[in-house]
Amino acid sequence: MFISNTEKEKQEMLEAIGVKSIEDLFKDIDKSLLADNINLPAALTEGELTAEIKKKAALNKGLVNFAGAGIYEHFIPAAVNAISSRGEFLTAYTPYQAEASQGTLQAIYEYQSCICALFDMDVSNASHYDGATALAEACGAAARIKNKNKILLSSALNPEYKQVLDTYFKAGEALKFEKAPLKDGTIDQAALKELLASGGYAAFVLSNPNFYGCLEEAQAISDIVHGAGALLIAQVNPISLGVLQTPGSYGADFAVAEGQCLGNAMNFGGPTLGIFTCKKEYVRYVPGRICGMAKDAAGKRAFVLTLQAREQHIRRERASSNICSNQALCALNAAIYLTLMGPLGMREVAEANIENAHILKDMLCSEGKYKLKFDKPFFNEFVLECPIPAAKIIKAAAKKGFLAGYDLGRVDKNLNNCLLICATETKTRKELEDFASFMRGI
Amino acid sequence: MYEQEKCKFAKTHEWAFVEGDTATVGISDHAQHEISDIVFVELPQKGAQVKAGERCCVIESVKSASDIFSPVSGEVTEVNEAVTADPSLVNREPHGAGWLFKVKMSDAKEADALLTFEDYKATL
Amino acid sequence: MNNYPHNLLSIEKSSALRRGVQIRKAGKRAGEYLDGKFLRSKPPLLPSMSEFDTVRHFTNLSRLNFCLDTHFYPLGSCTMKYNPKAYDVLSGLDGFSSLHPYCPEDCAQGTLSLIYGLEEQLKQITGLAAFTLQPAAGAHGEFTGALIARAYHKDRKDFDRSEIIIPDTAHGTNPATAAMAGCKVVNVKSAHDGRVDLEELKKVLNPKTALVMLTIPNTVGLFEKDIKEISRLTHEAGALLYMDGANLNALIGLVKPADMGVDIMHINLHKTIATPHGGGGPGAGAVGVCGRLADFLPVPRVIYDGKKYKLESKSKKSIGKVKSFYGNISVLIRAYCYLRQFDGETLKEIARGAVLSANYVRVKLAKYFPAYFDEVCMHECVLTIDKGVLPNAKTLDVAKMLLDMGFHAPTIYFPLIVPEAIMVEPTETENKQTLDKFISAMTSIFLEAGTNPDVLHEAPKNCPVKRIDEVSAAREPNLRW
Repeated sequence: MFISNTEKEKQEMLEAIGVKSIEDLFKDIDKSLLADNINLPAALTEGELTAEIKKKAALNKGLVNFAGAGIYEHFIPAAVNAISSRGEFLTAYTPYQAEASQGTLQAIYEYQSCICALFDMDVSNASHYDGATALAEACGAAARIKNKNKILLSSALNPEYKQVLDTYFKAGEALKFEKAPLKDGTIDQAALKELLASGGYAAFVLSNPNFYGCLEEAQAISDIVHGAGALLIAQVNPISLGVLQTPGSYGADFAVAEGQCLGNAMNFGGPTLGIFTCKKEYVRYVPGRICGMAKDAAGKRAFVLTLQAREQHIRRERASSNICSNQALCALNAAIYLTLMGPLGMREVAEANIENAHILKDMLCSEGKYKLKFDKPFFNEFVLECPIPAAKIIKAAAKKGFLAGYDLGRVDKNLNNCLLICATETKTRKELEDFASFMRGI
Repeated sequence: MYEQEKCKFAKTHEWAFVEGDTATVGISDHAQHEISDIVFVELPQKGAQVKAGERCCVIESVKSASDIFSPVSGEVTEVNEAVTADPSLVNREPHGAGWLFKVKMSDAKEADALLTFEDYKATL
Repeated sequence: MNNYPHNLLSIEKSSALRRGVQIRKAGKRAGEYLDGKFLRSKPPLLPSMSEFDTVRHFTNLSRLNFCLDTHFYPLGSCTMKYNPKAYDVLSGLDGFSSLHPYCPEDCAQGTLSLIYGLEEQLKQITGLAAFTLQPAAGAHGEFTGALIARAYHKDRKDFDRSEIIIPDTAHGTNPATAAMAGCKVVNVKSAHDGRVDLEELKKVLNPKTALVMLTIPNTVGLFEKDIKEISRLTHEAGALLYMDGANLNALIGLVKPADMGVDIMHINLHKTIATPHGGGGPGAGAVGVCGRLADFLPVPRVIYDGKKYKLESKSKKSIGKVKSFYGNISVLIRAYCYLRQFDGETLKEIARGAVLSANYVRVKLAKYFPAYFDEVCMHECVLTIDKGVLPNAKTLDVAKMLLDMGFHAPTIYFPLIVPEAIMVEPTETENKQTLDKFISAMTSIFLEAGTNPDVLHEAPKNCPVKRIDEVSAAREPNLRW
């Protein structure tokens, strides 16, 4: 399959090379290494493959989704995929040959600009792997800037992110992570102040909205963090920034996010989009590719990858990150999504999220069977305290066609009866009512 | 300002201009030419201790990042912020406004061991 | 021919009254649910465009790109082979794309079975015992592999192993990976034939060596003839052998890396396994390990109990997670599809075709741009400029001239040990006619460089833009509107 030359052409090529058989080209390989036992099943034609894969897709069971916890279901306008699936974007390589890659490069520049505008930050890179790895890079950068190896984390940081941070820095023993406690679901500011006063922390990682969906008093926290001489790293939800206060506005030094929600399907958790932004004074600490606007020899506007001497292909072992391939196509999806939405659309989608989540919360909490675990303002996600274990509810709900949420007992035994529930703009009033009615019936 | 003939050179292309116990450090004209258009200079921090022969800053062009090794040991007493703001100074005046940093030397003999301009030229 | 669309930014085409999407409006404004202190004070500076304007804007941008679907793209080390269209459609089926990562396993059996299936396929191809599909890219896979090696040594109470040996021909990601994993990079010089120098290797192997990291075939496109000896020496020193699988296309189906003594490897699915590059990603850096390292793989692992596929997170020795969730799933589904269209025999034709094409280009261009290492190559050939014949020609000029002639440039100035390197990887999916056109383009560039070198300096002339002032771009960065 997909090998273009005919036997006759192969023969002509062998003759041109001056060898008798194809084996002559592999003479460097010790005979004992040649494999003859690769055991793959019979090859499929495209038609057969299509049938097999469709069958597999049908084995997945679609549920009316009320789970978030890091990956969110949002409406994706058809134009997003129609554009990004064009071969000119999909099958291009990294734009190292700038003159032949102006489309990809300008799209990256527009992505960076849209992200900076949405976040109110100065600089964005061209993308990172996901929110968790972008956070790891920000922690590493903060440690280098402050020349300190301790980072304080919000206790309401997504546990997947914490796991990734632990993995990233365990082997090198380069960074130590400690947790700042919560009070009723959000950062305990007095405790934070006390911890930071002990000094030694390069940065504090704020999650806002936090893993439990609660909004943090970001400005007050920022003042505490900066007052103690540490840097503020904010991990945020990009959709929420259509209306919520921005990391730039409360003075975050670095802001990172999972950008899947911006025009990328959930796909069982990937491909994801790591958003990495910072203040301009930290631009040299940005990992990975950055696109800049420049001029060509004729003085015409042009785009090019820039500040490359930070990167692995030039700095090698001195580079702060080894990233090469990133999530370019996901970033393109985000750029198209943000262009289609515009400032007005972003406000409207964020408000629809707030409204749906609040309506659902009211429906669920009206009878006293369920109650809001943390009485704090929230965006599109909240923690519901249930009379029975969350895992049981999720199991029962799946049978009725609902994904009831995320079982917080997975990460905290004290929260066994707690469900993290999300309602985005995708949910209709009827879906909210049906789900609430199911929950009442349990 | 720091005429080549009055400077001492390291094999790694840095020069030191000694006045009393202070050495002003920069890179040679040959080095700036080899690196070509300099786009960024990462200087050591004021107050940092540097050691002769050890890397203490980085000079970047579009396609390279070159380590700069201090020719002498001691404490960095001054850094040239002008080259941070305008890195092309290092290209234009490597022995003048494009100097990098000043070191209060802990061992003045180290400078004596460096190459004279004539000897350095012979190594190129 | 310069009829390319003008490159205005989206924000410059914006008009405050336009919108591209209608969202069902909330009944109440955010301020009625939340205190004003939680809200942003002014709207973001995003473009306001209609759907049509947005489609036209980005479609016109796409026309400024060279891509595999439109151009021969002989980028060495990048394996720009055809990306079959069926897989784009299949991986995007709603059953896959609309699945939430925290849905019950029972509801994700289709996706889980494909992940499991891809792991099985990769195990067959490599001879390795177990795989993780979590890493998002090749470099991410390298990092995962380096962490596994460190965890393995630590588990054996061999605490001092913190050096990684890397040849001077390696991709930049290799040393950068080692540094990220907290290891010291020990460079080993290549022998004059471009391969690892066994004597040099012996000198640097020591009780602190954690890993020997090799790209096979190496980045100059040659097979490490002494791989069995390298492997023996590595293991004798108590270290592990890592294979950077960026160049697996030369060996797929012919050699199982495990048979060479490889303990850990990553495979760039976006190279050898034909998933599209997407302008720089998403890719996938699947990592395979030998049996004694399986317990150290990231969690969760996909397991099959004979009836159902499950995500298993309990593993005491695991390095943890290198990415949230389970990997770039839609890339993994494409890779599964590709391998499902081959069997053990037809798989060999991939490597054979790739090696045949590379050698054809090498031999046909020998008179003009000779191979730096004059011998049979694997899937790519590293050419150079004979300065005796063309004293004023530069590789950069050759690359830009190729763009004008309708070919993407090869990889240039890499590997670092080859002066004026021009690294050509044609892949098995390009036909002879295309290769012949490329060869004739290179030949005419050679002739032009001899007679009229200034023309080369001025290239490209037929691209959307001329050469870009990268110095000003870096000195005064403009990174956003």
